[in-house]
Amino acid sequence: MRILKFLLRKEFRQIFRDKSILAMIFAMPSIQLIILPLAANFDVKNVNLAIVDNDHSTYSQRLISKVGSSGYFRIIEASHSFKEALHTVEDNRADLIMEIPAGFERNLVREGSQKLSLAVDAINGTKAGLGGAYLNRIIGDFNGDVRLQWMQSGRFNEATAIDVTSSNWFNPLGEYRFFMVPGILVLLLTLVGGFLSALNIVREKEIGTIEQINVTPIQKWQFILGKMIPFWVLGMIVFTIGLLIARLVYGIIPVGSLATLYLFAGVYLVALLGFGLLISTYSDTQVQAMFVAFFFVMIFILMSGLFTAIDSMPPWARAIAYMTPVTHFIEVVRMIILKGSGLADVTRQLLYEIGFAIVLNGWAIWNYRKTN
Amino acid sequence: MKQLLVFIRKEFYHVFRDRRTLLILFGLPTAQIMLFGYALSSEVKNINLAVVDFSKDVATQQIITKIQSSSYFNLQQSVLSYADMERAFREGKIRAAIVFPTGFNDDLRHVNKAQIQLIADASDPNTATTITNYLTGIIGDYQQQINAAAALPYQIQTETRMLYNPDMNGSLNFIPGVLALILMIVCTTLTSVSIVREKELGTMEVLLVSPFKPILVLIAKAVPYLVLSLLDFALILVLAVFVLDVPVRGSVVLLFAESTLFIICCLSLGLLISNITASQQVAMLASMMGMMLPTILFTGFMFPLENMPLPLQLVSNIVPSRWYYLIVKAIMLKGLGFGAVWKETVVLIGMAVGLLGISLKNFNIRLA
Repeated sequence: MRILKFLLRKEFRQIFRDKSILAMIFAMPSIQLIILPLAANFDVKNVNLAIVDNDHSTYSQRLISKVGSSGYFRIIEASHSFKEALHTVEDNRADLIMEIPAGFERNLVREGSQKLSLAVDAINGTKAGLGGAYLNRIIGDFNGDVRLQWMQSGRFNEATAIDVTSSNWFNPLGEYRFFMVPGILVLLLTLVGGFLSALNIVREKEIGTIEQINVTPIQKWQFILGKMIPFWVLGMIVFTIGLLIARLVYGIIPVGSLATLYLFAGVYLVALLGFGLLISTYSDTQVQAMFVAFFFVMIFILMSGLFTAIDSMPPWARAIAYMTPVTHFIEVVRMIILKGSGLADVTRQLLYEIGFAIVLNGWAIWNYRKTN
Repeated sequence: MKQLLVFIRKEFYHVFRDRRTLLILFGLPTAQIMLFGYALSSEVKNINLAVVDFSKDVATQQIITKIQSSSYFNLQQSVLSYADMERAFREGKIRAAIVFPTGFNDDLRHVNKAQIQLIADASDPNTATTITNYLTGIIGDYQQQINAAAALPYQIQTETRMLYNPDMNGSLNFIPGVLALILMIVCTTLTSVSIVREKELGTMEVLLVSPFKPILVLIAKAVPYLVLSLLDFALILVLAVFVLDVPVRGSVVLLFAESTLFIICCLSLGLLISNITASQQVAMLASMMGMMLPTILFTGFMFPLENMPLPLQLVSNIVPSRWYYLIVKAIMLKGLGFGAVWKETVVLIGMAVGLLGISLKNFNIRLA
């Protein structure tokens, strides 16, 4: 125990001596947490639309103004031909083209039906899908207006209508930042903990100081614990700062219990640091450690369910996503902060994290050799 | 000139001697692009949906069957009370619920009007909106089926064309984005340690007493990484085309030229970081921890840049991968030529020149 105390004192001193690393640990995540959630906004409200009106009739004008006033679309250009409109898509200025054919009004009124064509920049699937769906709904509404105008009431039987009401639970206003802030907090914690711990042991290898430790009677587990505890403390501080920022800047107050949240964060950090130390024991140089950490952290980030839905991934990819500790932590942080889920609701994920912590740390201790 | 060649050769030896790092540099991005190419897509599928059916009649059964036959939803065992539904939401077992009130079919047949309630878990607002849209669409279809007998006059039909991506390949948007992201992080980090390592190991002093111009030192350091990065790019491109079925509609030569420019830009950024930091650790933390999330968010492949507040839109302009991503999309997916990307190209050239200039100015001849 005494040896561990000495080791800890040494590690803490080393960390606090280097001011630029300290700044990196605390300032960088804080700044990013304040700024980045504002950038991560997927409201599909500003769909850019180019319009080709070949009809120039009262009806086509009415349709255009209905679309324009819906709040979802920004009409960026009224082009003279489809070819011209296509240029706006090529330049990324427009996401959608709506082409009203010549004779639109006449055909609609006299023939009783008319086609409209939409062209969607389908490289970005979400925007294309949602934008197209909104536009179709608006056109449907417009169609209803036209029908109402031309059909005398009572002449036809009233059409059957299903009235759909929808409600959004846990975030009634659909605020995107409520969704992003807890997730980004987890990612920043992961970046700080993962990279710092991955670089740590290998740095001593590269500088040569590890040999001095190896000739002392320090046990492997003492050495690893000595490396882990300081980072764990730093991580918990970063997490606390993050929660404070979430509260002060974004007004996010956890619905669920803070104790559960901290319990989870504590276990998660042990797992994550074990992962970093494991990388460290396998690498020869800091560059290697950094790139291996980069490889995994990027998988953690992009497959964590923060940016794309895990449910939509193919089964094998879903399996990989669930094999990473980050995925569970992000899920749980959201559940506790936004939905007020309790310890009982997140037991499964907690057991996963404990499993990760035991396996990763056990592996790191086992793989750390005192002789090269 | 001969001096420079000798020096570049020395740097090449350094880089290529370290087999393990080389393996990592080629193996990992390859694995990443494959993984993300298949795994990431902005589609929403397989959503766990609970049905709360207080009516249990013909009509609700028909609608449920309709929902079941779409690939968007996994129907969970139907729950019978609001309390059960709420618990399922809290445990994260369902993302949405559809509630049929009692007497649904009766209302539909006799009053011509019936109600359905949709509840979505909006802790993920984007998915919630998409789910609500899908469900509303399915219910709308059903409604049309009922009304089919009375074919309505004055119909506007819409025909939708999917430009550039007729098969709706969900990962098409992500591959250029991930490509830009990987290249940017790998190139910058790799060079960011190059100079600082020599400072840390003490070999920098040897270089500085040699009669070598600083700019030559920088160039010699950058050339091996440029070659490495281009090989990395070529590998990723081959995988994208032959394994992931991403088309290259435009000119491959132009794509390589633009990629070279982008890589030079990232290398310059790396050199700059290397110049102003004191240890490998700080350099790497700055280039990875500091750049990873901003690059992901500001490249524009995850979240639309035009949704961001204006100051952040301005910030996104200084992220090189943002411009490169536009270029790759235009050349690869849209098949456009240089005429469509010249503006982005000018921006990247400006960045490369600027960053190199600052690096050079900051490159201290004397050690502290």
